[in-house]
Amino acid sequence: MTRDLITRRRLLATGGTVLASGLFVPSLSLPASARGLAPTPSMRGGSNNYRPGAPIVNRIGAGGFWMSGTVRRAGDGAPLSHQRIQIWAHTTEGHERDPQSHGATLTDENGVFRLEMPQIVPAFGQPHGHLAYDSGDFKTVFLRPVMASSKDTSLEAHFVLQPV
Amino acid sequence: MPWARPTLIWTALAAAVAVPIAAAAASPLIAWRDPVYIAAGFAGIAAMALMLVQPLLAGGTLPGLPAVRGRYFHRWTGAVLVAAVSIHVAGLWITSPPDVIDALLFRSPTPFSAWGVIAMGALFLAALLAALRRKLHLRPRMWRFARTSVVMVAAAGSVVHALLIEGTMETVSKAVLCVLVLAATVKVAADLRVWAIRPRRGTEGTGVVLSENRSVKRPAHRCA
Repeated sequence: MTRDLITRRRLLATGGTVLASGLFVPSLSLPASARGLAPTPSMRGGSNNYRPGAPIVNRIGAGGFWMSGTVRRAGDGAPLSHQRIQIWAHTTEGHERDPQSHGATLTDENGVFRLEMPQIVPAFGQPHGHLAYDSGDFKTVFLRPVMASSKDTSLEAHFVLQPV
Repeated sequence: MPWARPTLIWTALAAAVAVPIAAAAASPLIAWRDPVYIAAGFAGIAAMALMLVQPLLAGGTLPGLPAVRGRYFHRWTGAVLVAAVSIHVAGLWITSPPDVIDALLFRSPTPFSAWGVIAMGALFLAALLAALRRKLHLRPRMWRFARTSVVMVAAAGSVVHALLIEGTMETVSKAVLCVLVLAATVKVAADLRVWAIRPRRGTEGTGVVLSENRSVKRPAHRCA
């Protein structure tokens, strides 16, 4: 009987375990998927021309371009509300270094943020924006998303933050 | 019409240099840049144009500028080229210091930055090889081999650098200039038989090789 690899006992035991863990005991399967939601790493060059403490604004400059995204917690992926996201870019109204090119906004109850700003134009070879989370409750993250086309009038960036 | 060919060549060269610069001057991006950034960009474009002129001067390809005279201008144009690249980098540094520091440390998110830095390093090395030609005590063939090699890297690096950038340069004129830079560099290196295993026999060569032979030996030592 040693050649009989799939015995009825083994089949029942294995199948039962798989069913139990996957279907009937969600508490066992949830942490496994939560561990899959890794924190967003900072992008290279993301912090360039960062100015700490950009004011929360309704709009940067005259607007016309939308920067949006989501903020979630690493692990369980829960949306994080009232998180301060700072945004800056080289736009039609100023260089990255200029104070008027910087602004911040807060995420809503769904962890979504959306800030109107001037049109981003190519600078240093790419049309790109900068975003920062550095409020201290979670690890600091700097993002530097690049627009697919410099004619785009919106850009998205998503944060998955790791508690400190 | 003995004047037709020189006129054509000089006109083509003038167009290859002037058109990309004029097209870049018409870029809408300029409206959203301050003067230092604009100057940095145009210094880069000028450097690219000079990368086309340099091999033509070195090879004595340009009408009225055979190798001896061509080499004389090649040195001065080379100095201007080094200055242009320096202004390019300095202007970008003033505009956004962290971006230039990232580029110089090869940790920039944009691949063209690394190519630009590689090209700059190769170009400066080429200038250094020219300036220290006598002190290096290299055999002329070895010196030329080394110098052509770094110039090839500078040309290829500059072309990749320029093509990957979305900036003030207009796409088609930029591509044409890039192709011409590579073509001129490779053509002159081939004409000068830099890669030949055997040394050239000057008397059998073409006009280019012949005049070039005279120029390398004498004026180089005279000037150095």
